[in-house]
Amino acid sequence: MAAEQARDQAHRTVEAVWRIESARLIAGLARLLRDVGVAEELAQDALVAALEQWPAEGVPSNPGAWLMAVAKRRAIDLIRRNERLERKVAELGHELATSGDPDIADMAAHDPDHIEDDLLRLVFVACHPVLSTEARVALTLRLLGGLTTDEIARAFLVAEPTVAQRIVRAKRTLAQAGVSFEVPGRAERPARLASVLEVIYLIFNEGYSATAGDDWIRPALCEEALRLGRILAGLMPAEPEVHGLVALMEIQASRLRARVDPHGEPILLLDQDRSRWDQLLIRRGLAALERVNALGGIAGPYGLQAAIAACHARARTPEETDWPLIARLYEELARLTPSPVVELNRAVALGMAYGPQAGLDLVDQLVGDPALKAYHLLPSVRGDLLAKLGRRAEAREEFQRAAALTRNERERRLLLNRAAAMHHDGSADSAAARA
Amino acid sequence: MRFMILLKGDPAPGQMPDPDLINAMIKYHEELAKAGVLLAAEGLLDSSTGARVIYSGGQRRVVDGPFTESKELVAGFYLIQVKSKEEAIEWAKRCPVEYAVKERDMEAVVEVRQVGELEDITTMTDEQRAAEHRLREQIAGS
Repeated sequence: MAAEQARDQAHRTVEAVWRIESARLIAGLARLLRDVGVAEELAQDALVAALEQWPAEGVPSNPGAWLMAVAKRRAIDLIRRNERLERKVAELGHELATSGDPDIADMAAHDPDHIEDDLLRLVFVACHPVLSTEARVALTLRLLGGLTTDEIARAFLVAEPTVAQRIVRAKRTLAQAGVSFEVPGRAERPARLASVLEVIYLIFNEGYSATAGDDWIRPALCEEALRLGRILAGLMPAEPEVHGLVALMEIQASRLRARVDPHGEPILLLDQDRSRWDQLLIRRGLAALERVNALGGIAGPYGLQAAIAACHARARTPEETDWPLIARLYEELARLTPSPVVELNRAVALGMAYGPQAGLDLVDQLVGDPALKAYHLLPSVRGDLLAKLGRRAEAREEFQRAAALTRNERERRLLLNRAAAMHHDGSADSAAARA
Repeated sequence: MRFMILLKGDPAPGQMPDPDLINAMIKYHEELAKAGVLLAAEGLLDSSTGARVIYSGGQRRVVDGPFTESKELVAGFYLIQVKSKEEAIEWAKRCPVEYAVKERDMEAVVEVRQVGELEDITTMTDEQRAAEHRLREQIAGS
Protein backbone atom coordinates (compact mmCIF):
# COMPACT_ATOMS: atom_id res chain seq x y z
CA MET A 1 0.00 0.00 0.00
CA ALA A 2 1.38 3.38 -0.96
CA ALA A 3 0.10 4.99 2.24
CA GLU A 4 1.77 2.34 4.35
CA GLN A 5 5.02 2.75 2.49
CA ALA A 6 4.86 6.49 2.93
CA ARG A 7 4.25 6.07 6.63
CA ASP A 8 7.11 3.57 6.94
CA GLN A 9 9.45 5.96 5.21
CA ALA A 10 8.31 8.80 7.47
CA HIS A 11 9.06 6.62 10.47
CA ARG A 12 12.49 5.72 9.12
CA THR A 13 13.17 9.40 8.62
CA VAL A 14 12.23 10.14 12.21
CA GLU A 15 14.49 7.29 13.31
CA ALA A 16 17.30 8.71 11.19
CA VAL A 17 16.92 12.13 12.79
CA TRP A 18 16.78 10.43 16.19
CA ARG A 19 20.05 8.70 15.51
CA ILE A 20 21.65 12.03 14.65
CA GLU A 21 20.09 14.13 17.41
CA SER A 22 19.17 11.98 20.40
CA ALA A 23 22.47 11.99 22.28
CA ARG A 24 22.74 15.78 22.08
CA LEU A 25 19.13 16.14 23.08
CA ILE A 26 19.53 13.95 26.15
CA ALA A 27 22.84 15.59 27.05
CA GLY A 28 21.39 19.09 26.85
CA LEU A 29 18.37 18.14 28.93
CA ALA A 30 20.51 16.33 31.46
CA ARG A 31 22.52 19.46 32.02
CA LEU A 32 19.37 21.51 32.56
CA LEU A 33 17.71 19.00 34.82
CA ARG A 34 20.76 17.47 36.45
CA ASP A 35 19.16 14.07 35.96
CA VAL A 36 20.03 11.70 33.17
CA GLY A 37 17.05 9.41 33.74
CA VAL A 38 14.46 12.17 33.51
CA ALA A 39 16.31 13.69 30.56
CA GLU A 40 16.02 10.43 28.67
CA GLU A 41 12.31 10.13 29.41
CA LEU A 42 11.64 13.65 28.20
CA ALA A 43 13.66 12.97 25.10
CA GLN A 44 11.50 9.90 24.47
CA ASP A 45 8.40 12.08 24.83
CA ALA A 46 9.81 14.38 22.18
CA LEU A 47 10.44 11.37 19.93
CA VAL A 48 6.83 10.28 20.31
CA ALA A 49 5.69 13.78 19.39
CA ALA A 50 7.93 13.72 16.32
CA LEU A 51 6.55 10.35 15.25
CA GLU A 52 3.05 11.77 15.56
CA GLN A 53 3.58 15.12 13.86
CA TRP A 54 6.40 14.89 11.31
CA PRO A 55 4.75 12.36 8.98
CA ALA A 56 1.94 14.84 8.43
CA GLU A 57 3.79 18.16 8.76
CA GLY A 58 7.16 17.20 7.33
CA VAL A 59 10.53 17.17 9.06
CA PRO A 60 11.27 20.62 10.53
CA SER A 61 14.22 22.51 9.10
CA ASN A 62 16.04 22.31 12.45
CA PRO A 63 14.91 18.98 13.87
CA GLY A 64 17.27 19.10 16.85
CA ALA A 65 15.88 22.43 17.95
CA TRP A 66 12.30 21.20 17.51
CA LEU A 67 12.93 18.14 19.68
CA MET A 68 14.64 20.23 22.34
CA ALA A 69 11.79 22.73 22.39
CA VAL A 70 9.19 20.00 22.86
CA ALA A 71 11.25 18.33 25.56
CA LYS A 72 11.78 21.61 27.38
CA ARG A 73 8.07 22.38 27.36
CA ARG A 74 7.37 18.97 28.88
CA ALA A 75 10.15 19.58 31.37
CA ILE A 76 8.56 22.82 32.48
CA ASP A 77 5.21 21.08 32.94
CA LEU A 78 6.94 18.42 34.99
CA ILE A 79 8.87 20.85 37.08
CA ARG A 80 5.96 23.18 37.77
CA ARG A 81 4.26 20.24 39.40
CA ASN A 82 7.13 19.89 41.76
CA GLU A 83 7.55 22.86 44.05
CA ARG A 84 10.93 21.87 45.36
CA LEU A 85 12.48 22.47 41.93
CA GLU A 86 11.39 26.07 41.56
CA ARG A 87 14.92 27.19 40.98
CA LYS A 88 15.09 25.04 37.87
CA VAL A 89 11.91 26.60 36.56
CA ALA A 90 13.60 29.95 36.77
CA GLU A 91 16.60 28.61 34.90
CA LEU A 92 14.51 27.10 32.13
CA GLY A 93 12.13 30.00 31.95
CA HIS A 94 15.11 32.24 31.60
CA GLU A 95 16.47 30.09 28.80
CA LEU A 96 13.18 30.24 26.89
CA ALA A 97 12.49 33.89 27.64
CA THR A 98 15.90 35.11 26.52
CA SER A 99 15.50 33.36 23.22
CA GLY A 100 12.67 35.81 22.65
CA ASP A 101 10.32 34.75 19.91
CA PRO A 102 9.01 31.22 20.59
CA ASP A 103 9.91 30.41 17.01
CA ILE A 104 11.43 26.92 16.86
CA ALA A 105 14.49 28.09 14.98
CA ASP A 106 15.93 30.17 17.77
CA MET A 107 14.39 28.39 20.73
CA ALA A 108 17.35 26.11 21.12
CA ALA A 109 20.14 28.13 19.58
CA HIS A 110 22.81 25.77 18.36
CA ASP A 111 25.70 26.15 20.76
CA PRO A 112 28.26 23.61 19.64
CA ASP A 113 30.79 24.11 22.42
CA HIS A 114 28.17 23.96 25.09
CA ILE A 115 26.57 20.83 23.73
CA GLU A 116 29.89 19.08 23.39
CA ASP A 117 30.61 19.61 27.07
CA ASP A 118 27.20 18.13 27.78
CA LEU A 119 27.86 15.15 25.52
CA LEU A 120 31.11 14.47 27.30
CA ARG A 121 29.34 14.60 30.65
CA LEU A 122 26.80 12.14 29.33
CA VAL A 123 29.54 9.78 28.17
CA PHE A 124 31.17 9.72 31.58
CA VAL A 125 27.89 9.28 33.43
CA ALA A 126 26.75 6.43 31.20
CA CYS A 127 30.04 4.65 31.90
CA HIS A 128 30.12 5.42 35.62
CA PRO A 129 31.96 2.79 37.67
CA VAL A 130 29.05 2.48 40.11
CA LEU A 131 27.26 0.62 37.31
CA SER A 132 27.95 -2.95 36.28
CA THR A 133 29.64 -3.42 32.91
CA GLU A 134 26.43 -4.71 31.36
CA ALA A 135 24.57 -1.68 32.64
CA ARG A 136 27.19 0.67 31.27
CA VAL A 137 27.05 -0.99 27.87
CA ALA A 138 23.27 -0.86 27.74
CA LEU A 139 23.13 2.74 28.92
CA THR A 140 25.85 3.85 26.50
CA LEU A 141 24.14 2.24 23.53
CA ARG A 142 20.86 3.71 24.64
CA LEU A 143 21.83 7.27 25.57
CA LEU A 144 24.73 7.83 23.20
CA GLY A 145 24.01 5.38 20.43
CA GLY A 146 20.31 6.09 20.30
CA LEU A 147 19.56 2.39 19.99
CA THR A 148 16.20 1.01 21.02
CA THR A 149 15.96 -1.54 23.81
CA ASP A 150 15.14 -4.14 21.20
CA GLU A 151 18.23 -3.34 19.14
CA ILE A 152 20.44 -3.60 22.22
CA ALA A 153 18.83 -6.89 23.19
CA ARG A 154 19.39 -8.37 19.76
CA ALA A 155 22.97 -7.14 19.71
CA PHE A 156 23.82 -8.99 22.90
CA LEU A 157 21.47 -11.91 22.49
CA VAL A 158 19.50 -11.24 25.63
CA ALA A 159 15.77 -10.81 26.05
CA GLU A 160 14.37 -7.33 25.55
CA PRO A 161 12.78 -7.10 29.02
CA THR A 162 16.20 -7.94 30.48
CA VAL A 163 17.75 -4.96 28.73
CA ALA A 164 14.83 -2.70 29.66
CA GLN A 165 15.24 -3.71 33.30
CA ARG A 166 18.96 -3.20 33.12
CA ILE A 167 18.47 0.37 31.91
CA VAL A 168 15.80 1.16 34.50
CA ARG A 169 17.99 -0.16 37.29
CA ALA A 170 21.02 1.67 35.95
CA LYS A 171 19.19 4.99 36.04
CA ARG A 172 17.99 4.26 39.55
CA THR A 173 21.51 3.36 40.68
CA LEU A 174 22.86 6.61 39.28
CA ALA A 175 20.15 8.61 41.01
CA GLN A 176 20.54 6.82 44.33
CA ALA A 177 24.32 7.15 44.25
CA GLY A 178 23.85 10.85 43.63
CA VAL A 179 26.05 10.75 40.55
CA SER A 180 26.41 14.30 39.35
CA PHE A 181 26.23 15.31 35.71
CA GLU A 182 29.88 16.32 35.50
CA VAL A 183 33.07 15.45 33.75
CA PRO A 184 35.40 13.80 36.27
CA GLY A 185 38.18 15.90 37.75
CA ARG A 186 41.79 15.54 36.69
CA ALA A 187 42.69 13.05 39.39
CA GLU A 188 39.91 10.62 38.52
CA ARG A 189 40.02 11.26 34.80
CA PRO A 190 42.40 8.44 33.74
CA ALA A 191 40.44 5.72 35.52
CA ARG A 192 37.09 7.08 34.41
CA LEU A 193 38.28 7.40 30.83
CA ALA A 194 39.58 3.85 30.94
CA SER A 195 36.08 2.76 31.90
CA VAL A 196 34.59 4.58 28.91
CA LEU A 197 37.10 3.10 26.50
CA GLU A 198 36.48 -0.33 27.97
CA VAL A 199 32.75 -0.06 27.29
CA ILE A 200 33.25 1.03 23.69
CA TYR A 201 35.80 -1.68 23.00
CA LEU A 202 33.57 -4.27 24.60
CA ILE A 203 30.80 -3.34 22.18
CA PHE A 204 33.28 -3.54 19.32
CA ASN A 205 34.55 -6.92 20.36
CA GLU A 206 31.10 -8.33 20.68
CA GLY A 207 30.67 -7.52 17.03
CA TYR A 208 34.18 -8.47 15.98
CA SER A 209 34.26 -11.95 17.42
CA ALA A 210 31.03 -12.69 19.14
CA THR A 211 31.46 -14.56 22.39
CA ALA A 212 28.26 -16.51 21.96
CA GLY A 213 25.69 -17.39 19.38
CA ASP A 214 25.87 -18.62 15.84
CA ASP A 215 27.38 -15.64 14.07
CA TRP A 216 31.12 -15.19 14.23
CA ILE A 217 30.84 -11.48 13.54
CA ARG A 218 28.14 -8.87 13.84
CA PRO A 219 29.38 -5.94 11.78
CA ALA A 220 26.64 -3.53 12.87
CA LEU A 221 28.01 -3.63 16.41
CA CYS A 222 31.51 -2.83 15.17
CA GLU A 223 30.11 0.10 13.24
CA GLU A 224 28.28 1.30 16.32
CA ALA A 225 31.42 1.12 18.44
CA LEU A 226 33.44 2.87 15.76
CA ARG A 227 30.90 5.65 15.61
CA LEU A 228 31.01 6.07 19.39
CA GLY A 229 34.80 6.01 19.35
CA ARG A 230 35.01 8.64 16.62
CA ILE A 231 32.52 10.81 18.49
CA LEU A 232 34.66 10.52 21.61
CA ALA A 233 37.78 11.40 19.64
CA GLY A 234 36.02 14.57 18.52
CA LEU A 235 35.09 15.39 22.11
CA MET A 236 38.54 14.63 23.57
CA PRO A 237 41.02 15.33 20.77
CA ALA A 238 43.96 15.66 23.17
CA GLU A 239 43.62 12.19 24.68
CA PRO A 240 46.04 9.77 23.03
CA GLU A 241 44.33 6.63 24.26
CA VAL A 242 41.05 7.69 22.68
CA HIS A 243 42.77 7.96 19.31
CA GLY A 244 44.55 4.72 20.12
CA LEU A 245 41.25 2.93 20.60
CA VAL A 246 39.84 4.41 17.41
CA ALA A 247 42.96 3.37 15.52
CA LEU A 248 42.64 -0.16 16.87
CA MET A 249 38.97 -0.42 15.92
CA GLU A 250 39.43 1.09 12.45
CA ILE A 251 42.20 -1.37 11.64
CA GLN A 252 40.43 -4.38 13.06
CA ALA A 253 37.22 -3.39 11.29
CA SER A 254 39.18 -3.22 8.05
CA ARG A 255 39.39 -7.01 8.19
CA LEU A 256 35.70 -7.73 8.70
CA ARG A 257 35.07 -8.71 5.11
CA ALA A 258 37.98 -11.09 5.15
CA ARG A 259 37.20 -12.74 8.48
CA VAL A 260 34.35 -14.98 7.39
CA ASP A 261 33.95 -17.19 4.36
CA PRO A 262 30.68 -17.25 2.35
CA HIS A 263 29.23 -19.76 4.81
CA GLY A 264 30.01 -17.65 7.82
CA GLU A 265 32.96 -19.76 8.90
CA PRO A 266 35.79 -17.87 10.57
CA ILE A 267 39.08 -17.33 8.73
CA LEU A 268 42.17 -16.72 10.80
CA LEU A 269 44.21 -13.58 10.28
CA LEU A 270 47.12 -15.27 8.55
CA ASP A 271 44.81 -17.12 6.17
CA GLN A 272 42.75 -14.08 5.17
CA ASP A 273 42.60 -12.74 1.65
CA ARG A 274 44.24 -9.38 2.22
CA SER A 275 42.76 -7.91 -0.95
CA ARG A 276 39.53 -7.87 1.02
CA TRP A 277 40.97 -5.69 3.75
CA ASP A 278 39.35 -2.27 3.60
CA GLN A 279 42.19 0.09 2.75
CA LEU A 280 40.11 3.13 3.57
CA LEU A 281 39.69 1.97 7.16
CA ILE A 282 43.36 1.01 7.34
CA ARG A 283 44.30 4.48 6.21
CA ARG A 284 42.00 5.99 8.83
CA GLY A 285 43.46 3.70 11.48
CA LEU A 286 47.02 4.61 10.60
CA ALA A 287 46.06 8.30 10.62
CA ALA A 288 44.58 7.90 14.10
CA LEU A 289 47.78 6.17 15.20
CA GLU A 290 49.72 9.14 13.83
CA ARG A 291 47.67 11.37 16.09
CA VAL A 292 48.71 9.22 19.05
CA ASN A 293 52.32 9.72 18.00
CA ALA A 294 51.81 13.44 17.62
CA LEU A 295 50.34 13.61 21.12
CA GLY A 296 53.52 12.26 22.65
CA GLY A 297 54.03 8.74 21.45
CA ILE A 298 52.41 5.37 21.71
CA ALA A 299 52.47 4.63 25.39
CA GLY A 300 49.06 3.36 26.42
CA PRO A 301 47.47 -0.08 26.05
CA TYR A 302 45.10 0.85 23.24
CA GLY A 303 47.82 2.68 21.37
CA LEU A 304 50.07 -0.35 21.68
CA GLN A 305 47.38 -2.74 20.51
CA ALA A 306 46.71 -0.40 17.59
CA ALA A 307 50.41 -0.40 16.75
CA ILE A 308 50.34 -4.19 16.72
CA ALA A 309 47.29 -4.18 14.46
CA ALA A 310 49.07 -1.68 12.22
CA CYS A 311 51.95 -4.13 11.78
CA HIS A 312 49.53 -6.58 10.22
CA ALA A 313 47.77 -3.88 8.24
CA ARG A 314 51.02 -2.74 6.64
CA ALA A 315 52.03 -6.24 5.54
CA ARG A 316 50.85 -7.01 2.02
CA THR A 317 51.38 -10.69 2.67
CA PRO A 318 51.70 -12.64 5.92
CA GLU A 319 55.37 -13.23 5.10
CA GLU A 320 56.04 -9.50 5.22
CA THR A 321 54.75 -9.18 8.78
CA ASP A 322 57.22 -7.60 11.15
CA TRP A 323 56.90 -10.24 13.86
CA PRO A 324 59.90 -9.13 15.93
CA LEU A 325 58.31 -5.68 16.20
CA ILE A 326 55.01 -7.23 17.20
CA ALA A 327 56.79 -9.30 19.84
CA ARG A 328 58.46 -6.16 21.20
CA LEU A 329 55.13 -4.31 21.26
CA TYR A 330 53.54 -7.15 23.21
CA GLU A 331 56.43 -6.95 25.65
CA GLU A 332 55.67 -3.22 26.12
CA LEU A 333 52.01 -4.06 26.54
CA ALA A 334 52.80 -6.74 29.10
CA ARG A 335 54.74 -4.16 31.12
CA LEU A 336 51.74 -1.81 31.11
CA THR A 337 48.94 -4.31 31.53
CA PRO A 338 50.52 -7.57 32.62
CA SER A 339 48.22 -10.41 31.78
CA PRO A 340 48.55 -14.02 30.73
CA VAL A 341 46.48 -13.24 27.65
CA VAL A 342 49.02 -10.64 26.53
CA GLU A 343 51.79 -13.16 27.21
CA LEU A 344 49.95 -15.69 25.09
CA ASN A 345 49.83 -13.25 22.20
CA ARG A 346 53.50 -12.51 22.71
CA ALA A 347 54.16 -16.23 22.50
CA VAL A 348 52.43 -16.37 19.12
CA ALA A 349 54.56 -13.48 17.89
CA LEU A 350 57.74 -15.08 19.24
CA GLY A 351 56.82 -18.30 17.51
CA MET A 352 56.38 -16.48 14.21
CA ALA A 353 59.53 -14.42 14.62
CA TYR A 354 61.93 -17.01 16.02
CA GLY A 355 60.36 -20.40 15.35
CA PRO A 356 57.62 -22.45 17.06
CA GLN A 357 59.86 -23.68 19.87
CA ALA A 358 60.44 -20.08 21.01
CA GLY A 359 56.70 -19.62 21.20
CA LEU A 360 56.10 -22.96 22.90
CA ASP A 361 58.69 -22.23 25.59
CA LEU A 362 56.61 -19.23 26.67
CA VAL A 363 53.25 -20.97 26.27
CA ASP A 364 54.39 -23.88 28.44
CA GLN A 365 55.02 -21.38 31.23
CA LEU A 366 51.43 -20.19 30.93
CA VAL A 367 49.77 -23.58 30.99
CA GLY A 368 49.33 -23.69 34.75
CA ASP A 369 47.98 -20.16 35.02
CA PRO A 370 44.53 -20.31 36.64
CA ALA A 371 43.48 -17.18 34.79
CA LEU A 372 43.73 -19.05 31.51
CA LYS A 373 42.01 -22.20 32.72
CA ALA A 374 38.85 -21.59 30.69
CA TYR A 375 40.47 -19.59 27.91
CA HIS A 376 40.10 -21.53 24.68
CA LEU A 377 42.89 -19.67 22.90
CA LEU A 378 45.55 -21.14 25.18
CA PRO A 379 45.10 -24.74 24.03
CA SER A 380 44.38 -23.41 20.54
CA VAL A 381 47.73 -21.62 20.35
CA ARG A 382 49.55 -24.51 22.00
CA GLY A 383 47.99 -26.87 19.51
CA ASP A 384 49.11 -24.69 16.62
CA LEU A 385 52.72 -24.58 17.85
CA LEU A 386 52.78 -28.32 18.54
CA ALA A 387 51.42 -28.98 15.07
CA LYS A 388 54.22 -26.90 13.57
CA LEU A 389 56.76 -28.90 15.54
CA GLY A 390 55.26 -32.12 14.18
CA ARG A 391 53.87 -33.22 17.55
CA ARG A 392 50.52 -33.98 16.00
CA ALA A 393 49.00 -36.24 18.62
CA GLU A 394 49.53 -33.62 21.33
CA ALA A 395 48.27 -30.94 18.93
CA ARG A 396 45.09 -32.89 18.33
CA GLU A 397 44.40 -33.11 22.07
CA GLU A 398 44.89 -29.38 22.46
CA PHE A 399 42.54 -28.50 19.59
CA GLN A 400 39.88 -30.74 21.09
CA ARG A 401 40.40 -29.15 24.47
CA ALA A 402 40.05 -25.71 22.88
CA ALA A 403 36.89 -26.72 21.02
CA ALA A 404 35.29 -27.80 24.29
CA LEU A 405 36.09 -24.44 25.88
CA THR A 406 34.76 -22.03 23.28
CA ARG A 407 31.15 -20.90 23.43
CA ASN A 408 31.06 -19.73 19.84
CA GLU A 409 29.62 -22.39 17.59
CA ARG A 410 31.59 -21.54 14.48
CA GLU A 411 34.86 -21.29 16.31
CA ARG A 412 34.20 -24.66 17.89
CA ARG A 413 33.83 -26.22 14.48
CA LEU A 414 37.00 -24.56 13.24
CA LEU A 415 38.91 -26.07 16.14
CA LEU A 416 37.37 -29.53 15.70
CA ASN A 417 38.36 -29.40 12.05
CA ARG A 418 41.92 -28.63 13.05
CA ALA A 419 41.87 -31.53 15.51
CA ALA A 420 40.56 -33.87 12.85
CA ALA A 421 43.33 -32.75 10.51
CA MET A 422 45.93 -34.05 12.94
CA HIS A 423 46.65 -37.69 12.20
CA HIS A 424 49.10 -39.77 14.18
CA ASP A 425 50.91 -40.89 11.10
CA GLY A 426 50.88 -37.42 9.52
CA SER A 427 48.92 -38.65 6.50
CA ALA A 428 46.94 -36.21 4.34
CA ASP A 429 43.54 -35.11 5.51
CA SER A 430 40.71 -37.28 4.34
CA ALA A 431 37.39 -35.87 3.33
CA ALA A 432 35.83 -37.71 6.24
CA ALA A 433 38.17 -36.05 8.70
CA ARG A 434 37.06 -32.70 7.47
CA ALA A 435 33.37 -33.46 7.97
CA MET B 1 25.76 1.18 4.85
CA ARG B 2 27.99 3.59 3.03
CA PHE B 3 26.77 6.51 1.02
CA MET B 4 28.36 9.14 -1.11
CA ILE B 5 27.08 12.65 -0.82
CA LEU B 6 27.99 14.31 -4.08
CA LEU B 7 28.17 18.07 -4.44
CA LYS B 8 27.09 18.90 -7.94
CA GLY B 9 28.24 21.95 -9.82
CA ASP B 10 31.38 23.59 -11.03
CA PRO B 11 33.04 26.41 -9.14
CA ALA B 12 33.79 29.45 -11.27
CA PRO B 13 37.46 29.24 -12.31
CA GLY B 14 39.84 31.72 -10.81
CA GLN B 15 37.29 33.10 -8.38
CA MET B 16 37.84 32.83 -4.65
CA PRO B 17 34.88 31.09 -3.09
CA ASP B 18 32.69 33.08 -0.75
CA PRO B 19 34.26 33.07 2.74
CA ASP B 20 30.83 32.39 4.24
CA LEU B 21 30.60 29.32 2.06
CA ILE B 22 34.05 28.15 3.07
CA ASN B 23 33.26 28.57 6.75
CA ALA B 24 29.92 26.84 6.41
CA MET B 25 31.46 23.90 4.57
CA ILE B 26 34.26 23.58 7.12
CA LYS B 27 31.65 23.49 9.86
CA TYR B 28 29.65 20.88 7.97
CA HIS B 29 32.74 18.72 7.53
CA GLU B 30 33.39 18.98 11.27
CA GLU B 31 29.80 18.06 12.07
CA LEU B 32 30.08 14.90 9.98
CA ALA B 33 33.37 14.01 11.64
CA LYS B 34 32.10 14.73 15.14
CA ALA B 35 29.02 12.64 14.52
CA GLY B 36 31.35 9.74 13.82
CA VAL B 37 29.90 9.11 10.35
CA LEU B 38 32.52 10.64 8.08
CA LEU B 39 34.82 8.24 6.30
CA ALA B 40 36.32 10.46 3.64
CA ALA B 41 35.77 13.81 1.96
CA GLU B 42 37.42 15.68 -0.89
CA GLY B 43 36.80 18.79 -2.93
CA LEU B 44 37.56 18.85 -6.61
CA LEU B 45 39.24 21.75 -8.35
CA ASP B 46 37.10 23.47 -10.98
CA SER B 47 36.83 21.73 -14.32
CA SER B 48 39.12 24.15 -16.14
CA THR B 49 41.95 22.16 -14.54
CA GLY B 50 40.42 18.86 -15.56
CA ALA B 51 40.29 16.70 -18.67
CA ARG B 52 38.21 13.99 -20.26
CA VAL B 53 39.19 10.91 -22.15
CA ILE B 54 36.42 10.24 -24.66
CA TYR B 55 36.14 6.92 -26.37
CA SER B 56 34.11 6.91 -29.55
CA GLY B 57 34.38 5.39 -33.00
CA GLY B 58 37.01 2.99 -31.76
CA GLN B 59 39.34 5.79 -30.75
CA ARG B 60 40.22 7.72 -27.67
CA ARG B 61 40.72 11.45 -27.56
CA VAL B 62 41.50 13.85 -24.77
CA VAL B 63 39.41 16.94 -24.18
CA ASP B 64 40.53 19.60 -21.72
CA GLY B 65 38.15 21.35 -19.39
CA PRO B 66 36.30 23.52 -18.63
CA PHE B 67 33.12 21.59 -19.26
CA THR B 68 29.95 23.49 -19.86
CA GLU B 69 27.25 21.31 -18.32
CA SER B 70 28.32 22.51 -14.92
CA LYS B 71 25.16 21.33 -13.18
CA GLU B 72 26.12 17.75 -13.90
CA LEU B 73 29.68 17.98 -12.78
CA VAL B 74 30.92 16.76 -9.43
CA ALA B 75 32.50 19.43 -7.24
CA GLY B 76 33.24 17.27 -4.23
CA PHE B 77 32.07 14.36 -2.15
CA TYR B 78 31.59 13.03 1.35
CA LEU B 79 31.73 9.32 2.04
CA ILE B 80 29.69 8.47 5.13
CA GLN B 81 28.79 5.41 7.18
CA VAL B 82 25.17 5.45 8.33
CA LYS B 83 22.41 3.05 9.20
CA SER B 84 19.93 3.92 6.46
CA LYS B 85 19.35 5.88 3.30
CA GLU B 86 17.11 8.20 5.30
CA GLU B 87 20.02 9.04 7.57
CA ALA B 88 22.20 9.80 4.54
CA ILE B 89 19.47 12.08 3.21
CA GLU B 90 19.22 13.87 6.54
CA TRP B 91 22.93 14.58 6.40
CA ALA B 92 22.67 15.71 2.79
CA LYS B 93 19.94 18.13 3.83
CA ARG B 94 22.36 19.69 6.28
CA CYS B 95 24.95 20.50 3.63
CA PRO B 96 25.06 24.34 3.54
CA VAL B 97 24.71 24.74 -0.21
CA GLU B 98 22.57 27.84 0.22
CA TYR B 99 25.85 29.75 0.50
CA ALA B 100 26.88 28.51 -2.93
CA VAL B 101 23.77 29.73 -4.67
CA LYS B 102 23.94 33.45 -5.24
CA GLU B 103 20.99 34.20 -7.46
CA ARG B 104 17.43 33.30 -6.58
CA ASP B 105 16.85 31.17 -9.64
CA MET B 106 19.98 29.12 -9.18
CA GLU B 107 19.71 25.60 -7.92
CA ALA B 108 22.15 23.60 -5.85
CA VAL B 109 22.01 19.84 -6.03
CA VAL B 110 23.34 17.46 -3.42
CA GLU B 111 23.15 13.90 -4.63
CA VAL B 112 22.97 10.86 -2.36
CA ARG B 113 24.21 7.56 -3.75
CA GLN B 114 24.69 4.28 -1.97
CA VAL B 115 28.10 2.66 -2.21
CA GLY B 116 27.99 -0.92 -3.46
CA GLU B 117 29.75 -3.33 -1.15
CA LEU B 118 32.18 -5.76 -2.80
CA GLU B 119 30.30 -8.59 -1.28
CA ASP B 120 27.89 -8.52 1.55
CA ILE B 121 29.39 -9.83 4.72
CA THR B 122 27.27 -12.86 5.11
CA THR B 123 26.49 -14.45 8.39
CA MET B 124 23.23 -15.85 7.11
CA THR B 125 22.71 -19.46 6.18
CA ASP B 126 21.51 -20.27 2.67
CA GLU B 127 18.05 -21.01 4.02
CA GLN B 128 17.96 -17.67 5.80
CA ARG B 129 19.01 -15.88 2.66
CA ALA B 130 16.34 -17.65 0.63
CA ALA B 131 13.73 -16.78 3.21
CA GLU B 132 14.89 -13.15 3.17
CA HIS B 133 14.50 -13.01 -0.60
CA ARG B 134 11.02 -14.52 -0.44
CA LEU B 135 10.03 -11.97 2.18
CA ARG B 136 11.38 -9.08 0.14
CA GLU B 137 9.42 -10.29 -2.88
CA GLN B 138 6.28 -10.47 -0.80
CA ILE B 139 6.65 -6.95 0.51
CA ALA B 140 7.49 -5.57 -2.92
CA GLY B 141 4.41 -7.19 -4.42
CA SER B 142 1.95 -6.00 -1.77
